[in-house]
Amino acid sequence: MSEATPAPDKPTGSTAPAARDDGLESRAQGALREMLTSSWLVTAAALVLALVISAVLIAAADADVQAAAGYFFARPTDFLSAVWEAVWGAYVALFQGAVVDPTAATFVRAVRPLTETMTWSVPLILAGLGLGIGFRAGMFNIGAQGQIILGAVFAGYIGFAWSLPPGLHLLLAVIGAAIGGGLWAGIAGFLKARTGANEVIVTIMLNNIAIYLVGYLLTTTTFKREGSNNPVSPPVADSALYPQLLGSQFRLHLGFVVAILATVFVWWLMNRSTLGFAFRAVGSNPRAARTAGINVTRMYLLVMVVAGAFAGLAGSAQVLGTEKVLTAGVAASFGFDAITVALLGRSKPLGTFVAGLLFGALRAGGFAMQSRTGTPIDIVLVVQSLVVLFIAAPPLVRAVFRLPSPRGPGASSAPELSAPVVKEAAA
Amino acid sequence: MSALAAPAPAAPATPAGKPLPPVSLKAPIAYAAVAAVALLLFGILPAAGRRTSFSVSTASDFFQIEQFSVPSKTTAIVLCLIALALSAWSFRAARTRRTVGIWLPALYAVALILALLVWAVAGKAQPLPLTSLLQGSLFLAIPLVFGALAGVLSERSGIINIAIEGQLLAGAFLAAVVATLTSSAYVGLIAAPVAGALVSALLVAFAIKYVVDQIIVGVVLNVLVVGITSYLFSTVLKENAATLNTPERLPTIDIPVLSQIPVLGPVLFRQTVLVYIMYVVVIVLQVMVFRSRWGLRMRAVGEHPKAADTVGIKVNRTRVWNTLLGGAVAGLGGAFFTVANGLAFGKEMTGGKGYIALAAMILGRWSPKGALAAALLFGFADNLQVVLGIIGTPIPSQIMLMTPYVVTIFAVAGLVGRVRAPAAEGIAYVK
Repeated sequence: MSEATPAPDKPTGSTAPAARDDGLESRAQGALREMLTSSWLVTAAALVLALVISAVLIAAADADVQAAAGYFFARPTDFLSAVWEAVWGAYVALFQGAVVDPTAATFVRAVRPLTETMTWSVPLILAGLGLGIGFRAGMFNIGAQGQIILGAVFAGYIGFAWSLPPGLHLLLAVIGAAIGGGLWAGIAGFLKARTGANEVIVTIMLNNIAIYLVGYLLTTTTFKREGSNNPVSPPVADSALYPQLLGSQFRLHLGFVVAILATVFVWWLMNRSTLGFAFRAVGSNPRAARTAGINVTRMYLLVMVVAGAFAGLAGSAQVLGTEKVLTAGVAASFGFDAITVALLGRSKPLGTFVAGLLFGALRAGGFAMQSRTGTPIDIVLVVQSLVVLFIAAPPLVRAVFRLPSPRGPGASSAPELSAPVVKEAAA
Repeated sequence: MSALAAPAPAAPATPAGKPLPPVSLKAPIAYAAVAAVALLLFGILPAAGRRTSFSVSTASDFFQIEQFSVPSKTTAIVLCLIALALSAWSFRAARTRRTVGIWLPALYAVALILALLVWAVAGKAQPLPLTSLLQGSLFLAIPLVFGALAGVLSERSGIINIAIEGQLLAGAFLAAVVATLTSSAYVGLIAAPVAGALVSALLVAFAIKYVVDQIIVGVVLNVLVVGITSYLFSTVLKENAATLNTPERLPTIDIPVLSQIPVLGPVLFRQTVLVYIMYVVVIVLQVMVFRSRWGLRMRAVGEHPKAADTVGIKVNRTRVWNTLLGGAVAGLGGAFFTVANGLAFGKEMTGGKGYIALAAMILGRWSPKGALAAALLFGFADNLQVVLGIIGTPIPSQIMLMTPYVVTIFAVAGLVGRVRAPAAEGIAYVK
């Protein structure tokens, strides 16, 4: 653990350890060093590493590669070109399905991938923002999945059961989604505040309960579509749908704007508001926060409610924007993917936004890759999880890429990802 | 894990000496409330005059017990009154600060479950097959028991293991592939622990070497294992299903004599070798964790690593070995999904069982026998839902499926007695 946790001589911020120089290094070297030790570079390196490892999997499962491997020693070039074709083909398809497809016949088709990426990213960003708030307040909330489901249930119910004028209907449905998610997360927050119940366990349990709850609701007459044998709700009324942003040719809806606004709001909340300050204080040191007069147990409840509200909004994006109907699978696996989004974004609003776009792109591109090159979309899960594992362990990434290790304590590891450590004072 | 790791709020210290914690009546009140609701629902509200019939014996038993029936309403009322009496007992025990054994919640649960059964099957022509209900419960509890034991092993040494789900899935995958390749279910059974231990190796590599938050590693490893196994399933296994993914089924082994005892025999001794291994593992771990030097060291490392280090126990080495062993145990449990059932591997086929195993471990208070009991309870709820679904009942299946999770939340919130995690759980130890 020599390079990961050098003895903290002086508390410094999490940025630019090399900037406080002792004068021996020149300014240019300092700048280079700062660049090489920045967390952004580690993130990029982690992404490259994850793609390389996934490439091995792609190549290994490719039929041509397997055939060429059979006579590897006779003609190794065949093997190498087969590997290259498999990997390059898959990643090109991924890119074309996620960003822009120059081979498409029409302009609409060429740019549709980008809008698909944005559509996929909406629930990831919204739920990721909520989880990020929790992580920064020291609450490990695994329950985004359940919160998304409850948000979708509330939004869906308001959407198909009530009839209201257009703008108001959407607004109420969205607020309902936030309330649904907030209430569901609030159970975990309440139990943590009142009884000290571990939020990790409670939120995992609430996820499973939510899955069965929505399954049950969709068998009741209130939620089930009349005349349908499938567990599907009636379609959400047009007045409660997020308007399409780019016309009916694209799936992109107003939810994306909500995601942008939410990102700005979370930035304001966490960095500029008193409540956000209290959240962060509780996250960095609950005892100090208590001493400073912050009601820590109340913050546990509030953090969870706010985090759940964002996850609920993610549910609204699904049921009022993308799917337009409530099903048992409305949350897909967004709740779990959002954990990786928040971790990759280091729980910061902008980071979460970018990470959400990236994982949305992987998802949108994954479908294109699956249909064009036959590489199953499951590889996307491998990429996602590897990226998060690697950014959580910067020393590993630095060792692989021979990057210099920073000397400051803050920048060496991702603080919000590292485990609490037994220290002299704490023991 | 900060809440569990943080010291409990100090009780008001009395000058006389040892401070006493305040009397907590939460658990008795919860018991009584649930029993009262059950009395109302199963006993008082339903119409009188219906009978509930049970069938017990299987054909090969020593002697046959006839199918029998009981008056539904009266029986349910009596059972609920027993549960209420047990609540009163626990109330008195709490007031006088006496601790009650595990028998009380166990009896309480049995009484209420029987009341539920009597109510649910009331008036049905088809009898409730008790033996096959229990047999199926034990069968469905297998992965939960192994998973919960894996959790006990790693968490007792201070490593939070959220990756049980991934370990089960990896075990299921490798067991299926190896069993098919060697056309022997037993070889698959040997391969499964290797896969689980591999997942554990990643867990400890990141949690101990790179000091990454253990919950994060666990969650991400679950995603990684789902990704890798699903990917390999869609590419390699699907195309070569005959050569790679058609595992043999583990044969059922009847233990002579024992398997012919009515009710218990078929349930306990007419199972596959995986179940017999499970018995051994539970008993061995229960003894070893609490009665051996290895167990003492493991618990010391999980409770107070600094103290353990001071007396010369290698903290991180202990954690690594125990987590690897835990992964192997969970991997073995993963074999349940493929070779024990004779099923081909399927995407995400563990379906969240790893998380239920985690819940079983907590409900069982981090002890092997507790984990076994909790896992059996969850297995029972799971199987009951299937059996009642066949007979036809007033309870929606989703509500039945939800029950284990609700019970766990109550348990974690301290309503079903206090649960306390190992003190140093989730906290990295860096010298």
